[in-house]
Amino acid sequence: MAKVLLLAEHDGKTLNTATARALRCAAELGDVALALFGGNTEAVADEAASLNGVSRVLRIDRPENGEPVAAVIAPQLAELAAGYDVLLAPSSTYGKDVLPRAAALLGVPQISDIMEIVDSRTFRRPIYAGNVITTVRVPESCKVVGTVRIASFAAVDRSHAPAPVESIALQASLPSHTTWIGLEASGGDRPDLQSATRVVAGGRGLGSKESFDMIFQLADKLGAAVGASRAAVDAGYVPNDMQVGQTGKIIAPDLYIAVGISGAIQHMTGIKDAGVIVAINRDGEAPIFEAADIGLVGDLFQILPELDRALEG
Amino acid sequence: MKILVGIKRVIDYNVRVQINRDGTDVVKEGVKMSINPFDEIAVEQALRIRDAGMADEVVVVSIGPGAAQQQLRTALAMGADRATLIETENEVQPLAAARALMKLVESEGPGMVLLGKQAIDDDANQVGQMLAALWDRPQATFISGLEVTEGKAKAVREVDAGLETVEVSLPAVFTVDLRLNEPRFVKMPDIMKAKRKPLETMTFESLGIDMPPQLENLGYAPPPPRAGGTKVESVAALIAALKDKGVL
Repeated sequence: MAKVLLLAEHDGKTLNTATARALRCAAELGDVALALFGGNTEAVADEAASLNGVSRVLRIDRPENGEPVAAVIAPQLAELAAGYDVLLAPSSTYGKDVLPRAAALLGVPQISDIMEIVDSRTFRRPIYAGNVITTVRVPESCKVVGTVRIASFAAVDRSHAPAPVESIALQASLPSHTTWIGLEASGGDRPDLQSATRVVAGGRGLGSKESFDMIFQLADKLGAAVGASRAAVDAGYVPNDMQVGQTGKIIAPDLYIAVGISGAIQHMTGIKDAGVIVAINRDGEAPIFEAADIGLVGDLFQILPELDRALEG
Repeated sequence: MKILVGIKRVIDYNVRVQINRDGTDVVKEGVKMSINPFDEIAVEQALRIRDAGMADEVVVVSIGPGAAQQQLRTALAMGADRATLIETENEVQPLAAARALMKLVESEGPGMVLLGKQAIDDDANQVGQMLAALWDRPQATFISGLEVTEGKAKAVREVDAGLETVEVSLPAVFTVDLRLNEPRFVKMPDIMKAKRKPLETMTFESLGIDMPPQLENLGYAPPPPRAGGTKVESVAALIAALKDKGVL
């Protein structure tokens, strides 16, 4: 059975759900060791050990690992990967930052955004913004290194028997040329857009920044994250980290409600793995209705208050 | 300080990409080609840094077919000082591209390398990170803000959780995101001027680049279509349908 090393993503307190999704892919390829880099990963290690499909949890704790700096993590990851056949990371901004750096140190190509496993060396991945799917094979001489498109895999469950946790000491010398200064988190108390199970998104149809508050209200009723189309971001209704689509975030919530979004191809690329897509739009011919599971044609300024009331009742 | 900017010739953003008959490639004949949009933003940023007096030369480099000279000329018309084409008709995957850029980094000695965060054709998002690894220098990826001071740069990165700020010592590699700037439009007199700017051609052989293993490409297919659903007539029907699907 192949030995698989998966880079876990966490904030020092909890695991990011991207990890449990990438784990579904990793476990299909072999026996998975989960690598936790951090300042102190004790709390996260317990959580990681309970995930279905994890055989071992590896803690690499040192002060320099307290912040997510790719130039610091990558050489350690490359060193650790020496004993493995497969090295994976979630295709989050963290995984995309770290993994190619490790792949270059290992001298092997990387498969970005694995969406499907064909066999142990062959994978499908999206190119041209998801408009084309390509099948690629890793040469026999190479370790398999890839990022996992998190929207393509469901999160694994928690098993009852925790996997063993080990602390690992590595030799890699670490650079000091990069200083992590800080993170300005977006979204406040709402769920994180990337990992939320429900998302309500607004588009240009809202017409103004003030009207966009209706989207926030509906999202809060549903316990949902808030997203936006590129048009809404460009119009200045919301900040750009809320953008869903080809150049924004690619998400796969169980429920996606698109309000006043026409459904340009760039936007649809970002939501095509969503469970149920709901479209609310005045224009019955809007392309969003071609992909929506449930469509409601009408004036959002009437529909949203009505929906609010109905959800209260 | 010198700034090196990598640009890739890709199918234009507005073209609806078609797969050829036997599924071995996408159709490129007769299709509009452009500078990868993220790379264009990298060129613009380099020009702004130079024009603010923080750098004295902007060198653009492309790896690709002879026709990529067109994209290099466009970058020269935007204001870059000179261009280098590493000419090849073969498929160049990210690690090979990073090794080729590393050769130029060794000969040019730039203080900054700016690249797009990904090319809109293969969507790999790897070259900048790989170059930084081979160079053993800092990387600041997916940046939407950049402030350059003497020997250092502070970059704002667009990450899933929000906006992250890092400070790196130079030289360093930066990969740019869409919102860093809006590239300038090229004016006709600048296009004429660009024709006289130096454009040098090299090859993988002349640079002595060690070709790394590459992924074997087994073909292309369209994505599975998403079947459209039904329309409902009222909010009450919408809520009933959501409950029916078990998402409410």
